[in-house]
Amino acid sequence: MSRLTLLALQILVAVAVIGLWHGLTTVPVFGTVLLPPFFFSRPADVGARIVQWFADGSIWMHLGITLTESVLAFVIGSLGGALVGFWFARKPVVAAVFDPYVKMANALPRVVLAPIFALWLGLGIWSKVALGITLVFFVVFFNVYQGVKEVSPTVLANARMLGMSERQLMRHVYWPSALSWMFSSLHTSVGFAVVGAVVGEYLGSAAGLGYLIQQAEGVFDVAGVFAGMTVLAAFVILIDMLVSVVERRLLVWRPVSHDTRG
Amino acid sequence: MEEAAANGPAPPCAVHLADLDIAFRLADRSVFTAVRGATLRVADGEFVAIVGPTGCGKSTLLNAAAGLLTPSRGTVEIFGTPLAGLNRMAGYLFQADALFPWKTAIENVAIGLEIAGTPRGEARDEAAQWLARVGLGSFGDRYPHMLSGGQRKRVGLAQVLIRHPKILLMDEPFGPLDAQTRQIMGNLLLELWSADRKGVMFVTHDLEEAIALADRVVIMSAGPAARIIGDFTIPLARPRDIAEIKLDKAFHDVHREIWSMLRDEVMKGYVQAEAVG
Repeated sequence: MSRLTLLALQILVAVAVIGLWHGLTTVPVFGTVLLPPFFFSRPADVGARIVQWFADGSIWMHLGITLTESVLAFVIGSLGGALVGFWFARKPVVAAVFDPYVKMANALPRVVLAPIFALWLGLGIWSKVALGITLVFFVVFFNVYQGVKEVSPTVLANARMLGMSERQLMRHVYWPSALSWMFSSLHTSVGFAVVGAVVGEYLGSAAGLGYLIQQAEGVFDVAGVFAGMTVLAAFVILIDMLVSVVERRLLVWRPVSHDTRG
Repeated sequence: MEEAAANGPAPPCAVHLADLDIAFRLADRSVFTAVRGATLRVADGEFVAIVGPTGCGKSTLLNAAAGLLTPSRGTVEIFGTPLAGLNRMAGYLFQADALFPWKTAIENVAIGLEIAGTPRGEARDEAAQWLARVGLGSFGDRYPHMLSGGQRKRVGLAQVLIRHPKILLMDEPFGPLDAQTRQIMGNLLLELWSADRKGVMFVTHDLEEAIALADRVVIMSAGPAARIIGDFTIPLARPRDIAEIKLDKAFHDVHREIWSMLRDEVMKGYVQAEAVG
């Protein structure tokens, strides 16, 4: 399928869904409107709301806050996860001792931590950053741990025979392997950072996309909720595209995987 | 060499494996003896091929010479000095892919010098020369996954040889390659080796390859507790061409002699494999 046809079909899906939505909320079928606009809003209203947000510039502040929280959660969570993952992988005894606690912490649905973080860190950005960190940390931690553990024994033996010291093994073998695993989970960890920020905002804050959605919901402003969701989705897609670019640059040594999207 | 030996003590062997037992403890705590009572001398500059049926412990023997594993009995001496830890004088070419996948070809070749303290630029220059020597002069910036199996082996060869090891240990290095590429790689190896002769231990299951390459062919019995059961000097002149020498009558005579011995062991190996399987 050519790229143009694909794009056309993709746009067609959006047009169909929006058209259906518009039709069902405006045109009465046998005398009744199937989707009452009070509960489902209308595409035009949602669009108008988004335009209004961008026109008066109020959205930028919320986007900025959510972005800041996501970036902080991602950076701190990744650093922490990478360091601890590396440490555990190189010290099996430490890993064995902490194993049940790591599993326990990872099994915990992170949403329940949000009130605690709000209590400890207040309603500012840091309680959201903390929630994001708890999500990002484990993704990166498990990947780095795996990456260090799964270095090919042949590559390792080769490195030893070439005369690498323990420190050089770290730098030239363990670290690149761990990083490659970490980068391959970049999409997941960045996504989790955004989830942490938005969920945190939703549960208690004074700014951010999550706050915007929660506020609109509180006053039955369905158009506002859908508008917030649309902006959030676009925001996530933009970040994801950015991650793809970064990933292509960092993992240039990796064979191209033939994924199903191809 | 002979005169020197007559006049004084013989120069120490590059590798001297003396009465080695190599055993592994298995998961069920039983002990598996892979090699028993193996004695092997490899003189400096001598090319020794070790041939045996699949799973006979050839690689185990090589790993003992490399210091990658410790024998349960017997000693390993490298140039007359007992080996403790890794064999720093040896270069090891592995059967499986051993290149660093996150480094380009030239980085892979240069790394051995860089970690020994050679400045990066200098190491890269020398690596470029080695890549050219193995016929990959213009492939320096490719990552291993962009190279073919044979090209990866060439990079591996350059990676090992750039450090000028005194001993070369090779574990079925050309095993995964197709027949044509094996011949080309064999000739390349002989060419590089004759330019700077080192003691070589070359493990293979391919008798023809062993005879074509080596000064001496050592035969191991089927495992477990594999022993060295034959030691043949190959009376073929050098320089050799791997493809042409296989048409030589002398080649066939040696091959017949060794094969008559190896055949029984190969059959034993099959019988055991089937009994286990």
